[in-house]
Amino acid sequence: MADVEPLLRLHGVCKSFGGIQAVHTISFDVAPGESVGLVGPNGAGKTTLFNCVCGQLRPEAGDIVFDGMPLLGLPTYKRARMGIGRTYQRVEVFTDMSVRDHLMVAERSRQGEGRLWRDLLNMSKPKKEEMDRVEATLELVGISHLADTSVNALGLGHCRLVELARALAAEPKILLADEPSSGLDLHETSEVAAVLRTVQRERGTAVLLVEHDLAMVAEVVDRAVVMDLGAMLFAGSFDECMADPAVREAYLGQMGLA
Amino acid sequence: MEQFLGFALPGVPYGCTYALVAVCLVLTYQATGVFNFAFGAQAFASAFIFTYLTQYHDWSGWEAFLLSVVVMGPVMGYAFDRFIFRHIPNSNSTAKLVCGLALLVGIPSLLPVIFGPQNLDATATIFPFFNPNVVYFTIGSGDFGTPINGIYLSTISVTVVVLILLTILLRFTSLGLQMRGAVESRRLVQLDGINANGVVALAWIISSFMAALAGVLLAPVYGNFNSDEFVTLTVTAIAAAAWAMLRSLPIAAGVAVLIGVVTTVLQGYIPPNSFWNAAVVPSIPFFAIAAALLILPGLRNLDSSRDPLATIDPPPVPIAASARAPSMDRIIRSLWYVVLVAFIVSMLTWMPITWETVFNNGLTLSIICLSVTLITGMAGQLSLCQATFAGIGAFTAAVLSVHLGFNFLVGGLIGAALAAVVAVILALLSLRLRGLGLALMTLAAALLFDSTAFNDIWVTGGAQGTSLQSKWLGTSAFFDFDGHAMFILSISVLAVAVFIVLLVRRGTVGRNLAAMRGSETATAGLGVNPTWQRIVVFALSGAIAGVGGVLYSIQQQHVSPDDWNTTFSLVLVVLVVTTSVNTVEGAIQAGIGLFVVEQLLTYLPSRFGGPSLTIVLFAFGALTYAQHPEGVLEYQKRRSTMRFERLFFAREAEAEDRKARAMSASGANG
Repeated sequence: MADVEPLLRLHGVCKSFGGIQAVHTISFDVAPGESVGLVGPNGAGKTTLFNCVCGQLRPEAGDIVFDGMPLLGLPTYKRARMGIGRTYQRVEVFTDMSVRDHLMVAERSRQGEGRLWRDLLNMSKPKKEEMDRVEATLELVGISHLADTSVNALGLGHCRLVELARALAAEPKILLADEPSSGLDLHETSEVAAVLRTVQRERGTAVLLVEHDLAMVAEVVDRAVVMDLGAMLFAGSFDECMADPAVREAYLGQMGLA
Repeated sequence: MEQFLGFALPGVPYGCTYALVAVCLVLTYQATGVFNFAFGAQAFASAFIFTYLTQYHDWSGWEAFLLSVVVMGPVMGYAFDRFIFRHIPNSNSTAKLVCGLALLVGIPSLLPVIFGPQNLDATATIFPFFNPNVVYFTIGSGDFGTPINGIYLSTISVTVVVLILLTILLRFTSLGLQMRGAVESRRLVQLDGINANGVVALAWIISSFMAALAGVLLAPVYGNFNSDEFVTLTVTAIAAAAWAMLRSLPIAAGVAVLIGVVTTVLQGYIPPNSFWNAAVVPSIPFFAIAAALLILPGLRNLDSSRDPLATIDPPPVPIAASARAPSMDRIIRSLWYVVLVAFIVSMLTWMPITWETVFNNGLTLSIICLSVTLITGMAGQLSLCQATFAGIGAFTAAVLSVHLGFNFLVGGLIGAALAAVVAVILALLSLRLRGLGLALMTLAAALLFDSTAFNDIWVTGGAQGTSLQSKWLGTSAFFDFDGHAMFILSISVLAVAVFIVLLVRRGTVGRNLAAMRGSETATAGLGVNPTWQRIVVFALSGAIAGVGGVLYSIQQQHVSPDDWNTTFSLVLVVLVVTTSVNTVEGAIQAGIGLFVVEQLLTYLPSRFGGPSLTIVLFAFGALTYAQHPEGVLEYQKRRSTMRFERLFFAREAEAEDRKARAMSASGANG
């Protein structure tokens, strides 16, 4: 991976809230098709870093480059159109909309469509190829049977899968998955892990995974970056990470070193 | 300096009453999460009762004060909480705003229905604390000496005492702590053993008492008063509360007094009969609100608080049309077509002119109501300046006809385009605003137009407005109801507007707007440009409202500033919310319903006739928004549909299947 031009490059990214340094000079790369775990205890700054990459927060220092293009200054939607997909720590679904419509929004936005004149000329009906792609994504995530159900009627686990399917429907070059297994049972967690592996291997989608379930991280990622209190603690293979005393202390306290 | 003081000091009593209402707004928002637009109306109601009792029934000032302030204020506050706001989930900020607006519109209309039209002169009332006619001392000397009478002393002393007591209550008592806790979630603090409903009810009682007090204090300042002055009171108080970021009582009070003083100082220095005096002075609250919204980032996320227990709320119900069985759907659609054809045939053949006029009024108003459907129903945002957009269309057409000789319909199209441009500018100004912030910004814009363009004789032709002439239209056909030209024009334009709204709703823009209602963050994260979507919907809404305004003016045969003032914008929202803000038929029912109900009420005794009771009825309908956000009419439609289905389609497998899915859905959420 070292010779490949990185898909996402973070260099010296800093973000603080008031006096609290949430993210402190974080630098790492993600190569195309690579799967990287971003792990660390609560409050480590992982979600803040995601927000900086997606444009919901503006870092105070550092560079973020995606696919050779600097991201700073670009609004969220332009970053998404460049190929950055995301799921959220706190589920963000579109109330009142069916699962299929969730994916249709993503499908259309991927093409940068949403022109009023097309609507007014009745040219916005879903096309067959769009419907096929939506069906394929629903099937990939295993929620085809929920296609016409309103998300109001779904529990947290299913909503997480809808979020994942919606992000994948936009066919991103990189997927930032923020605690996708939160609120899921063991079976659902392994299904999500399988989906992430599949999109990485079959579609070549890079995955940057924030997750507390280390078993799932081990299953999905090629390597891991560990953060604690806003700073980067370690970067390397997952096994090396877990063997590192500093990482064990950050995760498990003094007990971890015993 | 003495001249400055001579101009500034008379502003202090105004400022103090603004401060009382501003403090009410902050207290209620801090304790309940409700931004109560109705405080101005509550103040008006108490002032009305107080003056009515002292003027017509010879009650003493203290007796009237006891009933109108000490009893009525808290009772109103408790009733609002107990029967309306308690039932609105904390996370539903639109419902809170809508109910506040319904009260703001409904209460002043209810009083003439109960008491009959009254000409109240509050200068004759007995002031409860100090005698307003006694000058206690004078500041300065000579021509610019300012006599300080009982009005000054009452308002200042009451405001200072109230401010101190409330600050102590909120900051230093356990009750204040409980109030601040209850604002996030009543249900959550109840789990800690706190009687959250009691705490919040107390906050309502206190703030409503203060609103009533402000009303009675302000009445003698105005003298011969009407409800419009209390709208100004509310708006100015809103500006002060906004600068306090709905948090700080002292800042709210300080800014309110400052606005009062700045107003009288400008009135003093600007020549009294100039355009600037008429335009700038009433616009001060607008500039104060707009500046606060644009400068203070804290106001952008006023609605961001979420009830941690919101997930236990049942999911919103679907609209009737989407939930009914296919067979039922076919029958209802067929019935609608039959009704439509029967309506058109009736209008063209036997309909009496009185009722044809009623329906023509309704059809033209329906077009304006459709603009509310776009903004509120599809984009999920509350705009309080839709009547302003309509007025821009109508006045532009009138100005182009009067001054440049344009055909009124051609001018109307230009007017609609101008309304769209103004809407886009407003959307650009409020890009970062959502929910309450956007509602306040649009309210401020409506007030700005009221006091500037719609107050300029060159534009409006004076307070009475401009009468339309048939030569402006190139034909007298639209003024001849026997020829039905107006009906054909109205229903054709309405059909086009409905078609446009339906196409947008079914299209990509509509789907994106629906997604943005659910989560703007996630929508942008998919590559949708929320700014552009919002500009598009504002532009379309402004244009449709503009066209509606032009047609409504043709139907009325005149263009008047009274038709397009801020109050009418509030009424429009209340109307559409009552029927259904999510459907196009809701907009049509709102437009036609207003005039049909108004016409039916003319058959009642004169006190109940006219627009007041109609507005009261719709306002009460809007109050049910808390229980039925789909609209009370839509709710009734769904109930009727379900009953009908149970009777005739119970065995339809598809209906059974659908119901089973709905049940499992409820189970999944529960």
